[in-house]
Amino acid sequence: MEKNVILSARDIEVKFKVRSRVLTAIRDVSLDLYENEVLAIVGESGSGKSVFTKTFTGMLEENGSVSNGEIWFEGEDLLKIKNDAGWERIRGKKIATIFQDPMTSLNPVRTIGYQISEVIMKHQGKSKEEAKKIAIDLMERVGIVDAAKRFDEYPFMYSGGMRQRIVIAIALACRPKILICDEPTTALDVTIQAQIIELIKELSKEYGFTTVYITHDLGVVANVADKVAVMYAGQIVEYGTVEEIFYEPKHPYTWALLSSLPQLGIKGEDLYAITGTPPSLYDKVKGDAFAPRNPYAMKIDFEQEPPFFQITATHRAKTWLLDPRAPKAEPPKAIRNLHERLSSMVGEGGTYRG
Amino acid sequence: MADELKKGQEPFYTDDQFLQVKNMVVTYTNGKKKFEAIHNISFDVHKGETFALVGESGSGKTTIGRAIIRILPLASGEVWFKGRKISGKIGKELDKFVIRNMQMVFQDPAASLNERATIDYIVSEGLYNFHLYKDEQDRHDKVVKALTDVGLLEEHITRYPHEFSGGQRQRIGVARAMIMEPELLIADEPISALDVSIRAQVLNLLKGLQRDHGLTIIFIAHDLSVVRYVSDRIAVIHYGQIVELADTNELFKNPLHPYTKSLLSAVPMPDPAIEKHKKLIVYNEAVHDYSVDKPSFRQIKPGHMIWANDKEFAEYMKQEID
Repeated sequence: MEKNVILSARDIEVKFKVRSRVLTAIRDVSLDLYENEVLAIVGESGSGKSVFTKTFTGMLEENGSVSNGEIWFEGEDLLKIKNDAGWERIRGKKIATIFQDPMTSLNPVRTIGYQISEVIMKHQGKSKEEAKKIAIDLMERVGIVDAAKRFDEYPFMYSGGMRQRIVIAIALACRPKILICDEPTTALDVTIQAQIIELIKELSKEYGFTTVYITHDLGVVANVADKVAVMYAGQIVEYGTVEEIFYEPKHPYTWALLSSLPQLGIKGEDLYAITGTPPSLYDKVKGDAFAPRNPYAMKIDFEQEPPFFQITATHRAKTWLLDPRAPKAEPPKAIRNLHERLSSMVGEGGTYRG
Repeated sequence: MADELKKGQEPFYTDDQFLQVKNMVVTYTNGKKKFEAIHNISFDVHKGETFALVGESGSGKTTIGRAIIRILPLASGEVWFKGRKISGKIGKELDKFVIRNMQMVFQDPAASLNERATIDYIVSEGLYNFHLYKDEQDRHDKVVKALTDVGLLEEHITRYPHEFSGGQRQRIGVARAMIMEPELLIADEPISALDVSIRAQVLNLLKGLQRDHGLTIIFIAHDLSVVRYVSDRIAVIHYGQIVELADTNELFKNPLHPYTKSLLSAVPMPDPAIEKHKKLIVYNEAVHDYSVDKPSFRQIKPGHMIWANDKEFAEYMKQEID
């Protein structure tokens, strides 16, 4: 099924001024987001996954700016927007974001009900009574039991998982086209995490929004994603369907990420660990940014940046290993036959059985 | 390396009684309000094993760790370590013995290291406090050895915590604990603040130290995938109660308590085909009717303990046979 591109980012470069130095956080990233799909962006801290999506809503920190590129959405280049008034048309309304810590996104001295209806009144121009009705309905949709009763309660009276449900309700109040979920479950317990993920999935079908999921957790990615972008040192290094990324990964960084998962660890054997640290983004990165940590690195990796190699219509990876002249490299043993190995570890309904 | 307590006075204990928690109750008081965080729990930690306390936030898993290492007082119950009762009021010698032999690694490596001290001082602090070195050279050698054991370099000793990455800081936390040559290490979520690739490094480090030093580890965590990989036995904590305790393999293969089942079902598997057909088990406490038939912690088969009342126990027994 051919899907429409809803947002297209082209050659994005983001720089931050830190004291007197310049840090290049995003280095020439291009990405198409397809309507009604779930895109997961995976990477470690500092890889630029949050910074990249903040450019969609003009939410970069004061000292950061997009120094190059275009972001096309509904026929306009969002990067042409110069002021906050301009961004107000987009931010929250068309493209909404939910963040990791629900407590910091909610106002502690306002009731839950006020915070949801405020958004409805402002963006949909409803009266106070109408807004309350819509708000209670939304609260029910995100799974708040006794919504009418809990309308007048304050955030501190809600648990972490319930607060995140409210944040989702507020985000949905404007009926956004795109919902960016920035590590929405990292601060939550595992059982609550699973429920919130389920909720976002259901709501995306019901409300028909496109989801961008930012996470470092590959287990979560496997659950939510249609497409996956793997980021390293300010670049997307591999992009593909979720099946391609998990079953046919091509980039050695993706291999390393998958191999280091404790789910795949064999007791009594060391887990696969990536040595070293990511490169400093203050300096110009020479060659492949992952080369110093890459056991498969070749001479050229230290000299020249690899291009993207297209593997299938949907799958591409930025590694010299895919060059026809490169020696054949096999992914680490731990992740070959990933599905067979993991299938033997789960019981009925996908429950973990070790 | 035993300890300084005079030879011949070593009390008797078996390897299975290395650490014993007996009827531990811990309460927090807030003004006049009293809150019981840990309700009468008991378990033994065996010498040389990794024993995991698993639970969600607010379950009390960290409280248990802190009460064992005497950061928190017990409201009632006892903790025995190597045949000695170490809870409640204890003498100076025994206190020293506990500090030397039991060390803790904390979750947040940024918050648990003194930002104004050099690595040399941070790692040496325990040595200073107990004069555990012959001379300056000896102290220096010990620090360097502790740092190299955790994969850091000698040149790092003059640096400050902010000069290190998160994974390196957690190594410093481990080095600081290990320099005391403890026999028991309590690791409180030692990897949850770290990136995926760094997690593997720290886990390998802990397992390596255990191999080389015969260390016993209490591993406090919320993530069952990590716990499966590192631990020998697991206690599942829910609201200050151990609801199930078993060997790692047994717990994963035959989980009986509905809360354990829900925790296991919530672990995300890095496999889209499995995840997309996953059926989530949601735990609802209302399934337990403890109004008349009261629950207790009982053994369902050797080594496998469960929190259940008579009726539930009979049902779990039936499941076991099926």
